[in-house]
Amino acid sequence: MKVIKEKHSLAMRWCHWVNFPILTIMIWSGMLIYWANDIYSVTIFGHTFVRFFPDWFYKTLGIPQRLAEGMAFHFLFMWFFTLNGIFYIIYTLFSGEWRELVPKKNSFKEAWLVLLHDLHIRKTAPPQNKYNAAQRIAYTAIIVMGLGSVITGLAIYKPVQFYYLTWICGGYHFARILHFALTLGYVFFFVIHIVQVFLAGWNNFRSVISGFEVVKEEPVPIIQTVNEDEKGE
Amino acid sequence: MKKASKKIKKELTIEQKINRRNFISFGVFTVLAAGAYEGWRWLYKSPDEVAGITAGAHRPLRKALNKTEIFFRRIAFSENHLVKTYPKEMAAKHVRVNSDIGIEAKNKFDPNGWTLQVIKAGGDVLKITMDELKSLPKTELIYDFKCVEGWDQISHWGGVKFSDFIKHYQLDEYAKMQYVGMETPDKGYYVGIDMPSAMHPQTILAYEVNDRPLPLPNGAPLRLIIPTKYGIKNLKRIGTITFSNTRPHDYWAEQGYDYYSGL
Repeated sequence: MKVIKEKHSLAMRWCHWVNFPILTIMIWSGMLIYWANDIYSVTIFGHTFVRFFPDWFYKTLGIPQRLAEGMAFHFLFMWFFTLNGIFYIIYTLFSGEWRELVPKKNSFKEAWLVLLHDLHIRKTAPPQNKYNAAQRIAYTAIIVMGLGSVITGLAIYKPVQFYYLTWICGGYHFARILHFALTLGYVFFFVIHIVQVFLAGWNNFRSVISGFEVVKEEPVPIIQTVNEDEKGE
Repeated sequence: MKKASKKIKKELTIEQKINRRNFISFGVFTVLAAGAYEGWRWLYKSPDEVAGITAGAHRPLRKALNKTEIFFRRIAFSENHLVKTYPKEMAAKHVRVNSDIGIEAKNKFDPNGWTLQVIKAGGDVLKITMDELKSLPKTELIYDFKCVEGWDQISHWGGVKFSDFIKHYQLDEYAKMQYVGMETPDKGYYVGIDMPSAMHPQTILAYEVNDRPLPLPNGAPLRLIIPTKYGIKNLKRIGTITFSNTRPHDYWAEQGYDYYSGL
């Protein structure tokens, strides 16, 4: 028998879908800014593995020569990004939803089992509530990263007025690197997230829009057939 | 009869409940998504501001830039917030030269014939020579210079603190105005600075870099070093200084950049 099972609160769904376009705009405008001094790469022992970013990449996305425009967009949408994040954190704390979200003591151990299961190396996944151990870590980490982006962002936006933030971030130069690395983190998160959503299927995806999942529940027999002495087996 | 049967509320079946909730939530989602997309298109295609003191930015974005900057200045700006300073050894030996707007080498310029001109009320011009400036107390600053492009470099500058300059030439009345304007002698590059930033204790009229007179590409004979602003506000080769209560024109603010560009 089909049963409606409530899964995601309206506030959570709202924050999720508001964040999606805002973060996209922040990453895009961030690239318009980054282009003006695009010095980062992954270089080990003199060999450059990845350069951020190759020319074809810039050209395809129409990025070059738009620094001023990028800054203007970035410094507007940073407000929405931050406010949406603050709202989400406050809501999660006060609603108690953080209990389903924050990693538990055994989450870090369990997350490996989830990973092995997802990679089809292990047959069974550890039991879970709303989120499994890997999700708890990922969905908490992404919030911490968001906070990190706001702090490193402020540190490079007003390094003299918010000198203490710049100091916490290891100085102006390093704060810019952190700010960029966090963005790479979002992209990495996004890729895994999309794959997982796709694999999890329609029922799961729908729950982030309509809030519920449909589960099949075995009808509970009306007559108790278990005898007292059968218990405890 | 039909009416009567309508009145009896039938319990919806589970399928009906699911469909109903799907319809409502996906409907709302689609409407909001379409609205967001339209809003974005409106912003993205919004016309540029009318060219004036600032130019080249989408009108709503310029409004946001100004409001945001003023907000942060109000909550955070303080004369006591100083830019971090470094030991001399950390200063770059070769100071990066990023731009020559207003000081192009093809336009001949003789630093020896230079005087600084301060435009006063009623058209009075105060002319100041380099020797006079050098007789004022010297302030040195070794800090991380920050370019709007995103690079930074620790560099070592020496010159006259702007607030010392104001005091020495008894320009205190002018310093009560809201803005300072500076221009290169050929008027090819110009900046507007809000007075609190100009009077910040680390703002200097620099004539030295790495303990030596400024080379031409670095802004000889005198340039502005203002650590509370991006490099675009650090005018090289100052020709004239003006004071006003309205924003003076500003080279990069006319190219879509934030007028204040404060750090």
